[in-house]
Amino acid sequence: MTGGVALRDRTAIAGIGQTRFGRGLPESELELGCLAVAEAIADAGLDPSEVDGAVIFSMEDGREVQLARSVGLGDLRFFAEVGYGGGAGCATVGLAALAVASGQCEVAVAWRARKRAAPSSRPWARVEARVGGDFQWTRPFGLLRPVDEIAMLTRRYMHEYGATRDHLANVALACRKHANRNPRAVMHDRLLTREQYMESRWISEPLCLFDNCLETDGALACVVVSAERARDLRHPPVYIHSYAQGLPRQHQVMTNYFCEDPLRGPSHVCSERLFGAAEFGPGDVDVAQIYDAFTPLIPLSLEGYGFCGRGEGAAFTEEGALEWPDGRLPINTSGGGLSEAYVHGFNLILEGVRQMRGTSTCQVEGAETCLVTSGEGVPTSALLLRS
Amino acid sequence: MSRSLILPDPADPDSAFFWEGTARGELRVQVCGRCRRRRHPPRPMCPFCRSAERGFEVLSGRGRIWSFVVAHPPLLPAYAELAPYNVIAVALEEDPTLRLVSNLVPGPGAAPGEVDPAGIRIGEPVRAIFEPVEDVFLPRFVREG
Repeated sequence: MTGGVALRDRTAIAGIGQTRFGRGLPESELELGCLAVAEAIADAGLDPSEVDGAVIFSMEDGREVQLARSVGLGDLRFFAEVGYGGGAGCATVGLAALAVASGQCEVAVAWRARKRAAPSSRPWARVEARVGGDFQWTRPFGLLRPVDEIAMLTRRYMHEYGATRDHLANVALACRKHANRNPRAVMHDRLLTREQYMESRWISEPLCLFDNCLETDGALACVVVSAERARDLRHPPVYIHSYAQGLPRQHQVMTNYFCEDPLRGPSHVCSERLFGAAEFGPGDVDVAQIYDAFTPLIPLSLEGYGFCGRGEGAAFTEEGALEWPDGRLPINTSGGGLSEAYVHGFNLILEGVRQMRGTSTCQVEGAETCLVTSGEGVPTSALLLRS
Repeated sequence: MSRSLILPDPADPDSAFFWEGTARGELRVQVCGRCRRRRHPPRPMCPFCRSAERGFEVLSGRGRIWSFVVAHPPLLPAYAELAPYNVIAVALEEDPTLRLVSNLVPGPGAAPGEVDPAGIRIGEPVRAIFEPVEDVFLPRFVREG
């Protein structure tokens, strides 16, 4: 059997929940996580005592033990965590699906709660005065923040393939337009023009303010059950058609400059298994939620997941290709990390579910398939959802 | 939050040879003790032949700018004082798939913010110099010729 096929459509996302988004929310990360998980379980029409599996981000402050005893989860028979920050989101759902499909547990929850001011946020700002390991090769020279690390790859990408700031603006503007239709989006009321993009301040050239995701407090969660069980619950099942992870050989997290082909990111590896296990290919994807901590991750991911060839990701964004409703591949239809909320990409998963339920504020008509990806530039993961 | 530059930890056993080299004005790169292939960053085992024997080779310090960024605030305090400043990735002459992250400076003792970012080009030839900061020497690069 081809790798990954055993999981195909055997599990489904049956419930989703989220808190409001904002800056400086009074609740702790743990409390936000509890709110989102409780809502997701209620959305599925289940009782918290029925939950017997939990998958979290390694960076999560509210550990499964603490959340379980607050929300009143049942006896947990499966619990796991996934590392690498923004690369983890789809893998938490994927691990939950593997656990349910293999019978290790029956009802699994996955979530992410994040506060901008929390200890687990902005690790770059808390670095020690002396660093070993990977950091010693970059931090002393002032390559400090995630944006600096991605800017280095972006400049090279622009040089090799003729990508321009206009291409990056295409991404930022598409996400903003979608957020303007989504009342929950942080940027719901804030329009963005190409002129504003071009005139905004630099953060790390060639990346400006609007190439960066938001800094958001909030939490989101989802519930994974078997396909059979999902069919008896409140909402139409959103099937997990395929799931994969990717950590390329000779990879270095975020600063992947030390291998032969730095622009071949983790999405390329993830994509092989993801689509290899699927009944459809990139051309059959109706809508995509692509991890967008920074705008250049979109062209890189479009290439990695096979929507176009190497070096063609920037040109793919032209002529409104990423915009709802008429683009050939509407992406990040709730506004994404750039304009809805940045909660380590977990909001992309929930938007994928809404597209498959038919309840997005930028609903792609008749959408039956959705790609959701996690961070590019770090060990990553992705899901193919199907209605 | 640190008020000074972030510096390498000399206690990191895998990379001590590199920082001992910069203190002697040498740009060293790790080589496998068995198959002699170079690798950077340093690591305990050769990914080509699985040998744990390792040494180093002194390179010319010459290379070409592979990519660069220009960092603007918000930054850590010691770096914000230098901003806007460049950070470059240099493809080394002996093997362009070996790259170092560093800064382009106009000369010894100068700061990376002193180079006009508008003049930096991918592909520019550069050469390493070794700059003392507290108790370590950081490799930085100047334009060649």
